[in-house]
Amino acid sequence: MRKNILIAGGAIAALLLARNIWVILTQLPDEKFQGAIFRIIFFHVPAAFTCFLCFLASLIAGLAYLKSKKLNYDAFGVSVVEVGLAFGAVNLLTGMIWARIIWGIWWTWDWRLTSMLICWLLYAGYLVLRRAIDEPTERARMSAVMSVLNFSVVPFVFFSIKWFRTQHPQPVLFGEGKMDSGYRAMLYGNWVPILIVAAILIAVRYVQEKQQREIDALRREAHMI
Amino acid sequence: MNDAIQRNFTYLAYGLITAWAILIVYALTLAARGRSLTRQLENVKRMLEDQSKK
Repeated sequence: MRKNILIAGGAIAALLLARNIWVILTQLPDEKFQGAIFRIIFFHVPAAFTCFLCFLASLIAGLAYLKSKKLNYDAFGVSVVEVGLAFGAVNLLTGMIWARIIWGIWWTWDWRLTSMLICWLLYAGYLVLRRAIDEPTERARMSAVMSVLNFSVVPFVFFSIKWFRTQHPQPVLFGEGKMDSGYRAMLYGNWVPILIVAAILIAVRYVQEKQQREIDALRREAHMI
Repeated sequence: MNDAIQRNFTYLAYGLITAWAILIVYALTLAARGRSLTRQLENVKRMLEDQSKK
């Protein structure tokens, strides 16, 4: 049943994405100053939103674990961090490709880019930390603390373009955003299938984490016999 | 089509390919990990059954 839901979700996401890519590439007009490369925003921004949403979920899971000590929250926490990192990588790399055309450089140590990279590395550190601790409850506790601490960087990444003078474009969706309504609709429209893909990946990873716990428990049992 | 526009489209293609390549590689990693976990689970269960028979 659960597998069927994931397959149905995957099929819906694939259909929506195929339709969106077709519209993005053939129906939407080029942006006046940037040309075709502007279309990368329809993946770059939803990837960032998905990444931040995953990191927010890891914060909630971390707090829930610290309160309840239920290992299911830890399993959920690691699942969302891993998927968040994948979308964070999509965000960083698509941004670099866009920058190569628009700025003429792959990378600059701008507030937004640098803070996003640091944020990504901190969450990658979370996964490294987990590998270093064998005892499950200690690992869950340290991971929960780290996910709470790591999240403090996320608002900084998000608002860095408002707080500092940056090379990165100013927000086009919130506040004084000036994005055309057609572009805006496609940006949100493309976020939906991307979110479905993220949810599927999280669900699969969560099941795997629980399976890993089952294996570890059985191994301990086998050693005791 | 002039060179700048051509280059613009080429880099757009790189961007889209990169985005999906990352997610596909991650999905394949998950699939491989899933297969490995299923195998490990079967092995441990078999080991426990053998131990309980002895």
